[in-house]
Amino acid sequence: MTLNQEWNPNVQPINPADTAWMLVSTALVLLMTPALAFFYGGLVRNKNSLNTMMMSFVALGVVGVTWALAAYSLAFSDGGPFLGGLANIGLHGVGTEAKGTIPHVLFMAYQASFAIITAALISGAVVERMRFGPYVAFITLWTLLVYAPVAHWVWGGGWLMSRGALDFAGGTVVHINAGVSAVVAALVLGSRKDYGRTAVLPHNVPFVLLGAGLLWFGWFGFNGGSALAANGLAGLAFTNTFLAPAAALVAWTLLDYFRTGKATAVGGATGIVVGLVAVTPAAGFISPLSALILGAVAPFPSYFMIQLRSRTRIDDSLDVFAGHGVGGLTGALLTGVLAQKLWNPAGSDGLLFGNPHQLAVQALACLSAAAYAGIMTFAILKGLGLVMSLRAVPRIEGVGMDLSQHGEEAYASGEGSILVHPDVLVAEELSAALVPATASVR
Amino acid sequence: MKLIVAIIRPDRLNEVLEALYRNEVRGLTVSRVLGHGGETERVETYRGTTVKVDLQEKVRLEIGVSESFVLPTVNAILKSARTGEVGDGKVFVLDVAQVYRIRTGERNEAAVTPPETVPV
Repeated sequence: MTLNQEWNPNVQPINPADTAWMLVSTALVLLMTPALAFFYGGLVRNKNSLNTMMMSFVALGVVGVTWALAAYSLAFSDGGPFLGGLANIGLHGVGTEAKGTIPHVLFMAYQASFAIITAALISGAVVERMRFGPYVAFITLWTLLVYAPVAHWVWGGGWLMSRGALDFAGGTVVHINAGVSAVVAALVLGSRKDYGRTAVLPHNVPFVLLGAGLLWFGWFGFNGGSALAANGLAGLAFTNTFLAPAAALVAWTLLDYFRTGKATAVGGATGIVVGLVAVTPAAGFISPLSALILGAVAPFPSYFMIQLRSRTRIDDSLDVFAGHGVGGLTGALLTGVLAQKLWNPAGSDGLLFGNPHQLAVQALACLSAAAYAGIMTFAILKGLGLVMSLRAVPRIEGVGMDLSQHGEEAYASGEGSILVHPDVLVAEELSAALVPATASVR
Repeated sequence: MKLIVAIIRPDRLNEVLEALYRNEVRGLTVSRVLGHGGETERVETYRGTTVKVDLQEKVRLEIGVSESFVLPTVNAILKSARTGEVGDGKVFVLDVAQVYRIRTGERNEAAVTPPETVPV
Protein backbone atom coordinates (compact mmCIF):
# COMPACT_ATOMS: atom_id res chain seq x y z
CA MET A 1 0.00 0.00 0.00
CA THR A 2 1.36 3.39 -0.93
CA LEU A 3 1.99 5.85 1.87
CA ASN A 4 -0.20 8.69 0.67
CA GLN A 5 -3.20 6.34 0.46
CA GLU A 6 -5.50 7.03 3.39
CA TRP A 7 -6.55 3.91 5.24
CA ASN A 8 -10.13 2.97 4.52
CA PRO A 9 -11.25 -0.57 5.36
CA ASN A 10 -13.88 -0.58 2.58
CA VAL A 11 -11.88 0.81 -0.32
CA GLN A 12 -8.71 -1.14 -1.09
CA PRO A 13 -6.12 0.33 -3.46
CA ILE A 14 -5.32 -1.26 -6.78
CA ASN A 15 -2.75 -4.04 -6.31
CA PRO A 16 -0.19 -4.28 -9.17
CA ALA A 17 0.39 -8.04 -8.82
CA ASP A 18 -3.35 -8.76 -8.79
CA THR A 19 -3.83 -6.49 -11.79
CA ALA A 20 -1.03 -8.21 -13.72
CA TRP A 21 -2.50 -11.68 -13.10
CA MET A 22 -6.01 -10.52 -14.06
CA LEU A 23 -4.72 -8.95 -17.29
CA VAL A 24 -3.23 -12.34 -18.21
CA SER A 25 -6.31 -14.26 -17.01
CA THR A 26 -8.63 -12.16 -19.17
CA ALA A 27 -6.58 -12.99 -22.25
CA LEU A 28 -6.48 -16.68 -21.25
CA VAL A 29 -10.26 -16.90 -20.89
CA LEU A 30 -10.81 -15.05 -24.16
CA LEU A 31 -8.65 -17.71 -25.88
CA MET A 32 -11.08 -20.40 -24.70
CA THR A 33 -13.66 -19.29 -27.26
CA PRO A 34 -11.41 -19.91 -30.30
CA ALA A 35 -10.40 -23.14 -28.51
CA LEU A 36 -14.06 -24.12 -28.29
CA ALA A 37 -14.39 -23.33 -32.00
CA PHE A 38 -11.70 -25.94 -32.74
CA PHE A 39 -13.21 -28.45 -30.31
CA TYR A 40 -16.68 -28.13 -31.86
CA GLY A 41 -15.40 -27.58 -35.42
CA GLY A 42 -13.52 -30.88 -35.39
CA LEU A 43 -16.57 -32.80 -34.17
CA VAL A 44 -18.84 -31.85 -37.08
CA ARG A 45 -18.80 -32.83 -40.72
CA ASN A 46 -16.50 -31.17 -43.24
CA LYS A 47 -19.35 -29.25 -44.90
CA ASN A 48 -20.40 -27.58 -41.63
CA SER A 49 -17.01 -26.99 -40.03
CA LEU A 50 -16.63 -23.27 -40.81
CA ASN A 51 -20.19 -22.50 -39.71
CA THR A 52 -19.65 -24.38 -36.45
CA MET A 53 -16.41 -22.52 -35.76
CA MET A 54 -18.03 -19.20 -36.67
CA MET A 55 -20.81 -19.83 -34.15
CA SER A 56 -18.14 -19.58 -31.46
CA PHE A 57 -16.14 -16.77 -33.08
CA VAL A 58 -19.18 -14.56 -33.64
CA ALA A 59 -19.82 -14.56 -29.89
CA LEU A 60 -16.47 -12.76 -29.44
CA GLY A 61 -18.11 -9.93 -31.37
CA VAL A 62 -21.80 -9.74 -30.53
CA VAL A 63 -21.67 -10.95 -26.94
CA GLY A 64 -18.61 -8.77 -26.27
CA VAL A 65 -20.45 -5.67 -27.49
CA THR A 66 -23.71 -6.62 -25.74
CA TRP A 67 -21.82 -7.18 -22.51
CA ALA A 68 -20.08 -3.80 -22.58
CA LEU A 69 -23.19 -1.85 -23.56
CA ALA A 70 -25.80 -3.39 -21.26
CA ALA A 71 -25.32 -6.90 -19.88
CA TYR A 72 -22.44 -6.00 -17.55
CA SER A 73 -24.65 -3.49 -15.76
CA LEU A 74 -27.53 -5.96 -15.50
CA ALA A 75 -25.20 -8.52 -13.94
CA PHE A 76 -22.86 -6.57 -11.70
CA SER A 77 -24.18 -3.11 -10.83
CA ASP A 78 -26.19 -2.66 -7.62
CA GLY A 79 -29.78 -3.76 -8.02
CA GLY A 80 -32.33 -6.14 -6.56
CA PRO A 81 -31.96 -9.82 -5.68
CA PHE A 82 -32.88 -10.94 -9.21
CA LEU A 83 -31.30 -8.34 -11.52
CA GLY A 84 -28.61 -5.68 -11.35
CA GLY A 85 -29.29 -2.04 -12.00
CA LEU A 86 -28.73 0.31 -14.89
CA ALA A 87 -25.91 2.32 -13.26
CA ASN A 88 -23.20 0.95 -15.59
CA ILE A 89 -25.15 0.97 -18.87
CA GLY A 90 -22.85 1.95 -21.72
CA LEU A 91 -19.90 1.45 -19.34
CA HIS A 92 -20.98 4.58 -17.49
CA GLY A 93 -18.92 4.81 -14.31
CA VAL A 94 -16.63 1.92 -15.26
CA GLY A 95 -13.18 3.44 -15.04
CA THR A 96 -9.71 2.71 -13.69
CA GLU A 97 -10.82 3.01 -10.07
CA ALA A 98 -10.43 -0.07 -7.87
CA LYS A 99 -12.99 -2.83 -7.92
CA GLY A 100 -11.66 -5.17 -5.25
CA THR A 101 -7.95 -4.74 -5.88
CA ILE A 102 -8.03 -4.46 -9.68
CA PRO A 103 -9.22 -1.70 -12.04
CA HIS A 104 -13.00 -1.74 -12.49
CA VAL A 105 -12.65 -1.65 -16.28
CA LEU A 106 -10.46 -4.80 -16.15
CA PHE A 107 -13.03 -6.59 -13.98
CA MET A 108 -15.63 -5.77 -16.64
CA ALA A 109 -13.40 -7.17 -19.42
CA TYR A 110 -12.63 -10.33 -17.41
CA GLN A 111 -16.34 -10.98 -16.87
CA ALA A 112 -17.01 -10.27 -20.57
CA SER A 113 -14.80 -13.20 -21.56
CA PHE A 114 -17.03 -15.47 -19.40
CA ALA A 115 -20.24 -14.24 -21.01
CA ILE A 116 -18.75 -14.84 -24.46
CA ILE A 117 -17.75 -18.46 -23.95
CA THR A 118 -21.00 -19.31 -22.13
CA ALA A 119 -23.09 -18.19 -25.11
CA ALA A 120 -20.74 -20.00 -27.52
CA LEU A 121 -21.10 -23.26 -25.55
CA ILE A 122 -24.79 -23.48 -26.48
CA SER A 123 -23.97 -23.60 -30.20
CA GLY A 124 -22.83 -27.23 -29.89
CA ALA A 125 -26.46 -28.34 -29.53
CA VAL A 126 -27.74 -26.64 -32.70
CA VAL A 127 -24.86 -27.09 -35.15
CA GLU A 128 -25.33 -28.31 -38.73
CA ARG A 129 -28.87 -26.91 -38.99
CA MET A 130 -29.50 -23.56 -37.25
CA ARG A 131 -29.31 -20.52 -39.57
CA PHE A 132 -26.58 -18.07 -38.72
CA GLY A 133 -28.69 -14.88 -38.42
CA PRO A 134 -31.23 -16.34 -35.96
CA TYR A 135 -28.33 -17.85 -33.99
CA VAL A 136 -26.68 -14.44 -33.61
CA ALA A 137 -30.01 -12.90 -32.55
CA PHE A 138 -30.49 -15.74 -30.06
CA ILE A 139 -27.13 -15.46 -28.29
CA THR A 140 -27.51 -11.66 -28.07
CA LEU A 141 -30.91 -11.96 -26.35
CA TRP A 142 -29.73 -14.91 -24.28
CA THR A 143 -26.80 -12.91 -22.90
CA LEU A 144 -29.15 -10.11 -21.81
CA LEU A 145 -32.06 -12.20 -20.57
CA VAL A 146 -30.42 -15.35 -19.19
CA TYR A 147 -26.68 -14.95 -18.59
CA ALA A 148 -26.77 -11.49 -17.00
CA PRO A 149 -29.54 -12.31 -14.46
CA VAL A 150 -28.02 -15.66 -13.44
CA ALA A 151 -24.57 -14.07 -13.09
CA HIS A 152 -26.22 -11.44 -10.86
CA TRP A 153 -27.91 -14.10 -8.71
CA VAL A 154 -24.65 -15.94 -8.00
CA TRP A 155 -21.87 -13.34 -8.28
CA GLY A 156 -23.43 -9.87 -8.50
CA GLY A 157 -25.00 -9.73 -5.05
CA GLY A 158 -28.25 -11.50 -5.96
CA TRP A 159 -30.36 -13.92 -3.99
CA LEU A 160 -28.24 -17.08 -4.42
CA MET A 161 -25.12 -15.20 -3.33
CA SER A 162 -26.83 -14.07 -0.14
CA ARG A 163 -27.92 -17.66 0.55
CA GLY A 164 -24.28 -18.75 0.46
CA ALA A 165 -24.30 -20.84 -2.73
CA LEU A 166 -20.71 -21.66 -3.67
CA ASP A 167 -19.76 -21.22 -7.32
CA PHE A 168 -16.11 -20.38 -7.60
CA ALA A 169 -15.77 -19.84 -11.34
CA GLY A 170 -19.12 -20.62 -12.92
CA GLY A 171 -20.37 -24.18 -12.53
CA THR A 172 -23.90 -22.85 -12.22
CA VAL A 173 -23.62 -19.53 -14.06
CA VAL A 174 -21.67 -20.88 -17.02
CA HIS A 175 -22.03 -24.63 -17.34
CA ILE A 176 -25.44 -25.59 -15.95
CA ASN A 177 -26.84 -22.44 -17.54
CA ALA A 178 -25.39 -23.21 -20.99
CA GLY A 179 -25.95 -26.98 -20.73
CA VAL A 180 -29.66 -26.74 -19.98
CA SER A 181 -30.16 -23.96 -22.54
CA ALA A 182 -28.41 -26.18 -25.09
CA VAL A 183 -30.67 -29.20 -24.66
CA VAL A 184 -33.77 -26.98 -24.77
CA ALA A 185 -32.47 -25.32 -27.94
CA ALA A 186 -31.87 -28.76 -29.50
CA LEU A 187 -35.47 -29.75 -28.68
CA VAL A 188 -36.96 -26.52 -30.08
CA LEU A 189 -34.87 -26.72 -33.28
CA GLY A 190 -35.48 -30.44 -33.82
CA SER A 191 -32.91 -32.97 -34.92
CA ARG A 192 -30.75 -32.81 -38.03
CA LYS A 193 -32.24 -34.53 -41.05
CA ASP A 194 -29.43 -37.12 -41.02
CA TYR A 195 -29.56 -37.72 -37.26
CA GLY A 196 -30.09 -41.39 -36.51
CA ARG A 197 -30.25 -42.22 -40.24
CA THR A 198 -26.68 -41.97 -41.44
CA ALA A 199 -23.36 -42.08 -39.62
CA VAL A 200 -22.36 -38.51 -38.78
CA LEU A 201 -18.70 -38.60 -37.86
CA PRO A 202 -16.18 -35.99 -36.64
CA HIS A 203 -14.29 -34.64 -39.66
CA ASN A 204 -11.10 -33.62 -37.86
CA VAL A 205 -10.21 -35.34 -34.58
CA PRO A 206 -6.85 -33.51 -34.34
CA PHE A 207 -8.88 -30.25 -34.16
CA VAL A 208 -10.83 -31.74 -31.24
CA LEU A 209 -7.58 -32.49 -29.39
CA LEU A 210 -6.17 -29.06 -30.21
CA GLY A 211 -9.34 -27.45 -28.88
CA ALA A 212 -9.31 -29.51 -25.68
CA GLY A 213 -5.65 -28.60 -25.07
CA LEU A 214 -6.25 -24.88 -25.60
CA LEU A 215 -9.39 -25.01 -23.43
CA TRP A 216 -7.34 -26.48 -20.58
CA PHE A 217 -4.71 -23.75 -21.03
CA GLY A 218 -7.34 -21.00 -21.01
CA TRP A 219 -9.13 -22.57 -18.06
CA PHE A 220 -6.19 -21.68 -15.80
CA GLY A 221 -7.32 -18.09 -16.29
CA PHE A 222 -10.97 -19.04 -15.89
CA ASN A 223 -10.49 -20.71 -12.48
CA GLY A 224 -7.18 -19.24 -11.35
CA GLY A 225 -8.39 -15.76 -12.29
CA SER A 226 -11.64 -16.19 -10.37
CA ALA A 227 -9.66 -15.52 -7.19
CA LEU A 228 -9.53 -11.97 -8.63
CA ALA A 229 -6.07 -11.73 -7.11
CA ALA A 230 -2.55 -13.17 -7.37
CA ASN A 231 -2.54 -14.99 -4.06
CA GLY A 232 -2.70 -18.39 -2.40
CA LEU A 233 -6.33 -18.87 -3.39
CA ALA A 234 -5.39 -18.35 -7.06
CA GLY A 235 -2.63 -20.93 -6.58
CA LEU A 236 -5.14 -23.42 -5.14
CA ALA A 237 -7.68 -22.89 -7.91
CA PHE A 238 -4.93 -23.13 -10.54
CA THR A 239 -3.59 -26.40 -9.12
CA ASN A 240 -7.06 -27.92 -8.84
CA THR A 241 -7.60 -26.96 -12.50
CA PHE A 242 -4.58 -29.07 -13.33
CA LEU A 243 -5.43 -32.05 -11.09
CA ALA A 244 -9.16 -32.60 -11.69
CA PRO A 245 -8.97 -32.86 -15.51
CA ALA A 246 -5.95 -35.15 -15.16
CA ALA A 247 -8.01 -37.54 -13.02
CA ALA A 248 -11.00 -37.15 -15.35
CA LEU A 249 -8.86 -38.01 -18.38
CA VAL A 250 -7.72 -41.22 -16.66
CA ALA A 251 -11.26 -42.16 -15.59
CA TRP A 252 -12.82 -41.40 -19.00
CA THR A 253 -10.12 -43.37 -20.82
CA LEU A 254 -10.70 -46.37 -18.56
CA LEU A 255 -14.47 -46.18 -19.18
CA ASP A 256 -13.79 -46.03 -22.91
CA TYR A 257 -11.37 -48.92 -22.72
CA PHE A 258 -13.75 -51.20 -20.83
CA ARG A 259 -16.72 -50.36 -23.08
CA THR A 260 -15.12 -50.41 -26.56
CA GLY A 261 -11.74 -52.00 -25.96
CA LYS A 262 -10.01 -48.86 -27.25
CA ALA A 263 -8.84 -45.60 -25.68
CA THR A 264 -10.38 -43.07 -28.07
CA ALA A 265 -9.00 -39.61 -28.80
CA VAL A 266 -12.43 -37.95 -28.89
CA GLY A 267 -13.16 -39.60 -25.53
CA GLY A 268 -9.91 -38.34 -24.04
CA ALA A 269 -10.64 -34.79 -25.20
CA THR A 270 -14.18 -35.03 -23.80
CA GLY A 271 -12.85 -36.36 -20.48
CA ILE A 272 -10.53 -33.35 -20.13
CA VAL A 273 -13.38 -30.92 -20.77
CA VAL A 274 -15.73 -32.69 -18.32
CA GLY A 275 -13.01 -32.62 -15.65
CA LEU A 276 -12.54 -28.89 -16.25
CA VAL A 277 -16.28 -28.24 -16.11
CA ALA A 278 -16.70 -30.19 -12.88
CA VAL A 279 -13.85 -28.48 -11.04
CA THR A 280 -15.01 -25.00 -12.07
CA PRO A 281 -17.44 -24.39 -9.18
CA ALA A 282 -15.13 -26.13 -6.70
CA ALA A 283 -11.67 -24.90 -7.70
CA GLY A 284 -11.19 -22.39 -4.87
CA PHE A 285 -13.06 -24.28 -2.16
CA ILE A 286 -11.62 -27.81 -2.10
CA SER A 287 -8.26 -29.40 -1.36
CA PRO A 288 -6.02 -30.70 -4.17
CA LEU A 289 -6.72 -34.29 -3.09
CA SER A 290 -10.45 -33.59 -3.23
CA ALA A 291 -9.89 -32.20 -6.75
CA LEU A 292 -8.41 -35.56 -7.77
CA ILE A 293 -11.46 -37.36 -6.34
CA LEU A 294 -13.88 -34.91 -7.98
CA GLY A 295 -12.07 -35.33 -11.31
CA ALA A 296 -12.20 -39.12 -11.08
CA VAL A 297 -15.93 -39.19 -10.21
CA ALA A 298 -17.15 -36.53 -12.66
CA PRO A 299 -16.80 -38.56 -15.90
CA PHE A 300 -19.31 -41.23 -14.82
CA PRO A 301 -22.58 -39.26 -15.04
CA SER A 302 -21.49 -37.42 -18.20
CA TYR A 303 -20.22 -40.57 -19.92
CA PHE A 304 -23.43 -42.48 -19.37
CA MET A 305 -25.55 -39.43 -20.25
CA ILE A 306 -23.84 -39.39 -23.66
CA GLN A 307 -24.57 -43.09 -24.17
CA LEU A 308 -28.16 -42.59 -23.10
CA ARG A 309 -28.72 -39.41 -25.13
CA SER A 310 -27.38 -40.96 -28.33
CA ARG A 311 -30.11 -43.63 -28.09
CA THR A 312 -32.86 -40.99 -28.10
CA ARG A 313 -34.25 -38.61 -30.71
CA ILE A 314 -32.78 -35.63 -28.81
CA ASP A 315 -30.15 -34.24 -31.16
CA ASP A 316 -27.98 -32.30 -28.72
CA SER A 317 -25.42 -32.76 -31.46
CA LEU A 318 -22.17 -32.26 -29.56
CA ASP A 319 -23.55 -33.34 -26.15
CA VAL A 320 -23.41 -29.92 -24.52
CA PHE A 321 -25.92 -31.06 -21.90
CA ALA A 322 -23.97 -34.20 -20.99
CA GLY A 323 -20.66 -32.34 -20.91
CA HIS A 324 -21.56 -28.99 -19.41
CA GLY A 325 -25.02 -29.44 -17.88
CA VAL A 326 -24.37 -32.78 -16.17
CA GLY A 327 -20.67 -32.02 -15.61
CA GLY A 328 -21.57 -28.66 -14.06
CA LEU A 329 -24.26 -30.25 -11.89
CA THR A 330 -21.85 -32.94 -10.66
CA GLY A 331 -19.24 -30.30 -9.88
CA ALA A 332 -21.67 -27.96 -8.12
CA LEU A 333 -23.06 -30.76 -5.94
CA LEU A 334 -19.62 -32.17 -5.14
CA THR A 335 -18.58 -28.66 -4.13
CA GLY A 336 -21.28 -28.94 -1.46
CA VAL A 337 -19.71 -32.23 -0.37
CA LEU A 338 -15.97 -31.53 -0.55
CA ALA A 339 -15.67 -27.81 0.35
CA GLN A 340 -13.41 -27.02 3.30
CA LYS A 341 -13.03 -23.78 5.24
CA LEU A 342 -9.54 -24.98 6.03
CA TRP A 343 -8.58 -24.26 2.40
CA ASN A 344 -10.73 -21.17 1.89
CA PRO A 345 -12.05 -19.39 5.00
CA ALA A 346 -14.33 -17.29 2.79
CA GLY A 347 -16.09 -20.47 1.62
CA SER A 348 -17.96 -23.06 3.67
CA ASP A 349 -17.58 -26.61 4.86
CA GLY A 350 -19.34 -29.25 2.79
CA LEU A 351 -21.25 -32.42 3.69
CA LEU A 352 -18.07 -34.41 4.35
CA PHE A 353 -16.87 -31.74 6.76
CA GLY A 354 -19.98 -31.58 8.88
CA ASN A 355 -22.23 -29.17 6.99
CA PRO A 356 -24.98 -31.00 5.05
CA HIS A 357 -26.83 -27.69 4.65
CA GLN A 358 -24.28 -26.60 2.01
CA LEU A 359 -25.31 -29.47 -0.26
CA ALA A 360 -28.94 -28.32 -0.06
CA VAL A 361 -27.95 -24.76 -0.96
CA GLN A 362 -25.94 -26.07 -3.92
CA ALA A 363 -28.90 -28.14 -5.12
CA LEU A 364 -31.19 -25.11 -4.85
CA ALA A 365 -28.77 -23.01 -6.93
CA CYS A 366 -28.49 -25.73 -9.59
CA LEU A 367 -32.22 -26.31 -9.84
CA SER A 368 -33.20 -22.64 -9.99
CA ALA A 369 -30.54 -21.81 -12.61
CA ALA A 370 -31.53 -24.86 -14.67
CA ALA A 371 -35.23 -24.06 -14.53
CA TYR A 372 -34.73 -20.38 -15.38
CA ALA A 373 -32.32 -21.14 -18.25
CA GLY A 374 -34.63 -23.79 -19.69
CA ILE A 375 -37.79 -21.69 -19.60
CA MET A 376 -36.14 -18.53 -20.91
CA THR A 377 -34.31 -20.31 -23.74
CA PHE A 378 -37.60 -21.88 -24.81
CA ALA A 379 -39.32 -18.47 -24.73
CA ILE A 380 -36.55 -16.65 -26.64
CA LEU A 381 -36.36 -19.28 -29.38
CA LYS A 382 -40.16 -19.54 -29.76
CA GLY A 383 -40.31 -15.73 -29.91
CA LEU A 384 -37.60 -15.55 -32.58
CA GLY A 385 -39.31 -18.38 -34.45
CA LEU A 386 -42.36 -16.14 -34.90
CA VAL A 387 -40.41 -13.58 -36.93
CA MET A 388 -37.80 -15.74 -38.69
CA SER A 389 -37.20 -19.39 -39.53
CA LEU A 390 -34.64 -20.76 -37.11
CA ARG A 391 -33.32 -23.64 -39.16
CA ALA A 392 -32.24 -24.30 -42.71
CA VAL A 393 -34.54 -26.21 -45.05
CA PRO A 394 -33.51 -29.87 -45.56
CA ARG A 395 -32.01 -29.25 -49.02
CA ILE A 396 -29.74 -26.50 -47.63
CA GLU A 397 -28.87 -28.72 -44.68
CA GLY A 398 -27.76 -31.33 -47.21
CA VAL A 399 -25.60 -28.84 -49.12
CA GLY A 400 -24.00 -27.81 -45.84
CA MET A 401 -24.00 -24.69 -43.69
CA ASP A 402 -20.55 -23.46 -44.82
CA LEU A 403 -21.65 -22.81 -48.39
CA SER A 404 -25.21 -21.77 -47.56
CA GLN A 405 -24.51 -19.45 -44.60
CA HIS A 406 -21.05 -18.12 -45.36
CA GLY A 407 -20.38 -18.72 -49.08
CA GLU A 408 -17.11 -20.43 -48.22
CA GLU A 409 -15.68 -23.92 -47.90
CA ALA A 410 -13.28 -25.02 -45.16
CA TYR A 411 -11.22 -27.08 -47.56
CA ALA A 412 -11.77 -25.59 -51.02
CA SER A 413 -9.85 -27.31 -53.82
CA GLY A 414 -10.43 -24.63 -56.44
CA GLU A 415 -10.86 -27.36 -59.06
CA GLY A 416 -13.45 -26.36 -61.62
CA SER A 417 -13.70 -22.77 -60.33
CA ILE A 418 -13.50 -19.92 -62.81
CA LEU A 419 -12.09 -16.59 -61.67
CA VAL A 420 -14.40 -13.61 -61.69
CA HIS A 421 -11.86 -10.83 -61.44
CA PRO A 422 -13.28 -7.68 -59.88
CA ASP A 423 -9.89 -5.90 -59.96
CA VAL A 424 -9.64 -6.10 -63.75
CA LEU A 425 -13.18 -4.78 -64.18
CA VAL A 426 -12.54 -1.94 -61.74
CA ALA A 427 -9.21 -1.07 -63.39
CA GLU A 428 -10.83 -0.93 -66.84
CA GLU A 429 -13.59 1.33 -65.60
CA LEU A 430 -11.09 3.55 -63.84
CA SER A 431 -8.82 3.98 -66.86
CA ALA A 432 -11.83 4.69 -69.05
CA ALA A 433 -12.93 7.38 -66.62
CA LEU A 434 -9.47 8.96 -66.38
CA VAL A 435 -8.82 9.29 -70.10
CA PRO A 436 -10.37 12.51 -71.54
CA ALA A 437 -13.46 11.81 -73.60
CA THR A 438 -11.88 13.08 -76.82
CA ALA A 439 -8.92 10.74 -76.48
CA SER A 440 -10.92 7.61 -75.83
CA VAL A 441 -10.83 6.22 -79.34
CA ARG A 442 -11.16 2.49 -79.53
CA MET B 1 -2.27 -56.92 -75.86
CA LYS B 2 -4.07 -56.88 -72.55
CA LEU B 3 -5.19 -54.44 -69.90
CA ILE B 4 -4.31 -55.67 -66.42
CA VAL B 5 -6.45 -54.18 -63.66
CA ALA B 6 -5.35 -54.98 -60.11
CA ILE B 7 -7.12 -54.00 -56.90
CA ILE B 8 -4.65 -54.15 -54.00
CA ARG B 9 -4.16 -53.02 -50.43
CA PRO B 10 -2.82 -49.46 -50.15
CA ASP B 11 -0.12 -50.63 -47.75
CA ARG B 12 1.22 -53.07 -50.39
CA LEU B 13 1.49 -50.42 -53.13
CA ASN B 14 5.20 -49.73 -52.65
CA GLU B 15 6.08 -53.45 -52.76
CA VAL B 16 3.98 -53.94 -55.91
CA LEU B 17 5.54 -50.96 -57.67
CA GLU B 18 9.00 -52.26 -56.80
CA ALA B 19 8.20 -55.75 -58.07
CA LEU B 20 6.80 -54.36 -61.32
CA TYR B 21 9.92 -52.24 -61.77
CA ARG B 22 12.18 -55.29 -61.26
CA ASN B 23 10.17 -57.15 -63.93
CA GLU B 24 10.67 -54.22 -66.30
CA VAL B 25 7.01 -53.35 -66.43
CA ARG B 26 6.91 -49.63 -67.24
CA GLY B 27 3.90 -47.38 -67.55
CA LEU B 28 0.91 -47.71 -65.27
CA THR B 29 -1.94 -45.72 -63.77
CA VAL B 30 -2.70 -45.74 -60.03
CA SER B 31 -5.92 -44.58 -58.41
CA ARG B 32 -7.29 -44.65 -54.87
CA VAL B 33 -10.61 -46.46 -54.71
CA LEU B 34 -13.05 -47.78 -52.11
CA GLY B 35 -14.07 -51.40 -52.13
CA HIS B 36 -15.03 -54.47 -50.22
CA GLY B 37 -13.83 -58.02 -50.70
CA GLY B 38 -15.55 -59.89 -47.88
CA GLU B 39 -13.08 -58.95 -45.15
CA THR B 40 -14.35 -58.22 -41.62
CA GLU B 41 -15.66 -54.70 -41.14
CA ARG B 42 -13.64 -52.16 -39.21
CA VAL B 43 -15.46 -50.80 -36.12
CA GLU B 44 -15.00 -47.17 -35.03
CA THR B 45 -16.46 -45.44 -31.97
CA TYR B 46 -16.92 -41.69 -31.52
CA ARG B 47 -18.55 -40.91 -28.15
CA GLY B 48 -22.03 -42.46 -28.42
CA THR B 49 -21.73 -43.25 -32.13
CA THR B 50 -20.46 -46.66 -33.18
CA VAL B 51 -20.04 -47.36 -36.90
CA LYS B 52 -18.96 -50.28 -39.06
CA VAL B 53 -16.75 -49.14 -41.90
CA ASP B 54 -17.85 -51.38 -44.76
CA LEU B 55 -15.85 -49.96 -47.65
CA GLN B 56 -12.10 -50.18 -47.27
CA GLU B 57 -9.50 -48.03 -48.98
CA LYS B 58 -7.92 -49.89 -51.90
CA VAL B 59 -5.58 -48.98 -54.74
CA ARG B 60 -6.38 -49.77 -58.38
CA LEU B 61 -3.53 -50.31 -60.86
CA GLU B 62 -4.15 -50.21 -64.60
CA ILE B 63 -1.38 -51.52 -66.81
CA GLY B 64 -1.51 -51.96 -70.59
CA VAL B 65 0.93 -54.68 -71.68
CA SER B 66 1.88 -56.72 -74.76
CA GLU B 67 1.20 -60.50 -74.68
CA SER B 68 4.71 -61.46 -73.57
CA PHE B 69 4.42 -59.26 -70.51
CA VAL B 70 1.07 -60.55 -69.22
CA LEU B 71 2.41 -63.43 -67.10
CA PRO B 72 5.42 -61.62 -65.59
CA THR B 73 3.16 -58.71 -64.64
CA VAL B 74 0.46 -60.87 -63.06
CA ASN B 75 3.04 -62.96 -61.17
CA ALA B 76 4.80 -59.86 -59.88
CA ILE B 77 1.52 -58.49 -58.51
CA LEU B 78 0.41 -61.84 -57.04
CA LYS B 79 3.67 -62.23 -55.14
CA SER B 80 4.11 -58.69 -53.93
CA ALA B 81 0.50 -57.81 -53.03
CA ARG B 82 -0.19 -60.95 -50.99
CA THR B 83 -0.49 -60.89 -47.18
CA GLY B 84 -2.57 -64.06 -46.83
CA GLU B 85 -5.47 -62.26 -45.11
CA VAL B 86 -8.94 -61.81 -46.62
CA GLY B 87 -8.98 -58.52 -48.52
CA ASP B 88 -5.73 -58.79 -50.49
CA GLY B 89 -7.55 -57.89 -53.71
CA LYS B 90 -7.93 -59.16 -57.30
CA VAL B 91 -6.12 -59.11 -60.61
CA PHE B 92 -8.22 -58.88 -63.79
CA VAL B 93 -6.80 -59.46 -67.25
CA LEU B 94 -8.90 -57.89 -69.99
CA ASP B 95 -8.72 -57.99 -73.78
CA VAL B 96 -8.07 -54.65 -75.37
CA ALA B 97 -9.50 -53.75 -78.80
CA GLN B 98 -7.06 -51.00 -79.69
CA VAL B 99 -4.43 -48.81 -78.06
CA TYR B 100 -2.99 -45.54 -79.38
CA ARG B 101 -0.07 -43.57 -78.00
CA ILE B 102 -1.14 -39.94 -78.03
CA ARG B 103 2.34 -38.44 -78.54
CA THR B 104 3.28 -40.39 -81.68
CA GLY B 105 0.05 -41.89 -82.92
CA GLU B 106 1.59 -45.43 -82.69
CA ARG B 107 -0.93 -48.30 -82.48
CA ASN B 108 -1.38 -51.43 -80.40
CA GLU B 109 1.86 -53.37 -79.54
CA ALA B 110 4.01 -50.39 -80.45
CA ALA B 111 1.88 -48.16 -78.28
CA VAL B 112 2.34 -50.30 -75.14
CA THR B 113 6.08 -50.92 -75.70
CA PRO B 114 7.97 -48.41 -73.57
CA PRO B 115 10.15 -45.97 -75.53
CA GLU B 116 13.92 -46.43 -75.23
CA THR B 117 14.94 -44.80 -71.99
CA VAL B 118 17.20 -41.89 -72.82
CA PRO B 119 20.18 -41.90 -70.44
CA VAL B 120 20.46 -38.64 -68.57
